[in-house]
Amino acid sequence: MSAYLSIYKGYFKTALAVQFQYRVAMIIWLIGGIVEPLMYLVVWSTVAAQQGGSVGSFTAGDFAAYYIAMMLVNHATFSWIMWEYDYRIRSGDFSTVLLKPIHPIHSDIADNLGYKVLTLIVYLPAVGLLAWFFHPTWTFVGWAVAATLPVLVFAFLMRFFLEWALAMSAFWTTRTGAVNQVYFVLLLFFSGRLAPLELFPQPVQTLAAALPFRWMLSFPVELVLGRLSTRDALIGVGVQLAWIAVGFFLMRTVYRAGIRRYAAFGS
Amino acid sequence: MPSSPVITLRELRKIYTVAEREAGLGAALRSLFSRKSREVRAVDGISFDVAEGEIVGFLGPNGAGKTTTLKMLSGLLHPTSGDAQVFGFRPWERERDYLRRMTLVMGQRNQLVWDIPVADSFELNRAVYRIPYEEFRPTVAKLTELLELGPLLQKPVRNLSLGERMKCEIACALLHSPRVLFLDEPTIGLDVTMQRRIRTFVNEYNQRTGATVLLTSHYMADVEALCKRVIVIHHGTLLYDGGLTGLVERFSPFKTVTVDLLNGGGEGSLEKYGKVVARNDASVTLRVPKAETASVTARLLRELEVVDLTVQDPPIEDVIEHVFNQPGA
Repeated sequence: MSAYLSIYKGYFKTALAVQFQYRVAMIIWLIGGIVEPLMYLVVWSTVAAQQGGSVGSFTAGDFAAYYIAMMLVNHATFSWIMWEYDYRIRSGDFSTVLLKPIHPIHSDIADNLGYKVLTLIVYLPAVGLLAWFFHPTWTFVGWAVAATLPVLVFAFLMRFFLEWALAMSAFWTTRTGAVNQVYFVLLLFFSGRLAPLELFPQPVQTLAAALPFRWMLSFPVELVLGRLSTRDALIGVGVQLAWIAVGFFLMRTVYRAGIRRYAAFGS
Repeated sequence: MPSSPVITLRELRKIYTVAEREAGLGAALRSLFSRKSREVRAVDGISFDVAEGEIVGFLGPNGAGKTTTLKMLSGLLHPTSGDAQVFGFRPWERERDYLRRMTLVMGQRNQLVWDIPVADSFELNRAVYRIPYEEFRPTVAKLTELLELGPLLQKPVRNLSLGERMKCEIACALLHSPRVLFLDEPTIGLDVTMQRRIRTFVNEYNQRTGATVLLTSHYMADVEALCKRVIVIHHGTLLYDGGLTGLVERFSPFKTVTVDLLNGGGEGSLEKYGKVVARNDASVTLRVPKAETASVTARLLRELEVVDLTVQDPPIEDVIEHVFNQPGA
């Protein structure tokens, strides 16, 4: 365990150093991460205002709280790994990774966390600014806020395992962009990122509950905003844990198959 | 002679299936429905042993199968058939205990992280290979001394020259004190001084640690300086395995005879003794079929006024070139 701690420390330091080298790229990514929820927020606030103050159970203030929380949850859980594997495999960089006596996912996780910690410095003022401008309304529920941290960690793991497994498609196709695109469209729609799932028709909500995306984003958001009962929260955690298990086995299986293929065809 | 082998290859084979398509739109359309592929026998059943502590030169022209073999031995590729073991491990099972014991240095690949100082990359490898500080510090100190890395350690890798980077790459690949080194073109693209430094280093490292080294290089100077034994492969098959001198004897059908003649030897043609490959002032270099060397030298001594005469094997480069130019089976 302490060996892994030391490895993560090393990866983490490296990730920070590398991020500092690419400050401009980082800022551009950040702007994207803030502008997207801001767009939805403006659209839905306008709709709410035109409908006499609310859409479903969401007032303009609720929308503001929802999208600010969504921005943070998405930031905490997103990964970009599927855009990287294609390059790593084709450039042969992946061979260097394979020579090391450690699973490559560790450096990817550390990389991800390094970036997140660094960018929080920009995100927090952005949240303050949005809150000042859009006046979010938020019911503070103590236990729900306390439960948000573990739920966020679960959401991160779920998303990371599934997206890492997706990244492994690069072993089979050179057109990973298309695969990623499909994934992101599904994610956008079924995760509650586009609009709160509550506003969708019932069949869509049922489907969303069966897919993993809702449990990655909308669930932690609803939890922290105090919109869930304890029962719903517990069910949600159960579903998350199940998806973590699925994601883990999927990631492991696809990785092993991918390595076999890589080893059969070479880079 | 060294002890029991640490590397064994038995009928090791790697066949790639590559898609094949003619140029043009018609061919592109046809390939949508029926794909043609052909087999490339990159390594076609090679067997050899390497004993602990040996430095073996692994030679062959481009595409002979050297890198494919090294990739199989370092666990990056699965063989199509046959077997190989290194320290009792099957490399492609990629057991961590094996990965901690070996290193693969490829001329153009990097262990070092581009954006951070060399020392930080070293530290990262320390953590990944779980090297205790009591071992790590003296190892770094020793490598720094041998490769003269002192001024480089605090520089980001992106600011290093190719030669500097290669030295650091090699050091980084050796931090975990591997027992076997696969070096694929470790001196490629380096200037002569740097090549010599790396060569000396590999030799010292081998002497000091008793590590086994399998090395490919296009520079015969590397091979001559380091390897008593060479393995030549061509078209995926093993052509020769033995001493460097034996290679020349076996594959060179010629000897080089150099004669210094009194009065420059006059204007007479020397072609009747052998092919004149060089002539300057009074010194003439002839290429003579190996079997005729004795009779030709006797005739030269008898018929001309010879001041000095030497018989030599042709340069190793020429022999290798001769071997490489042999057509495939």
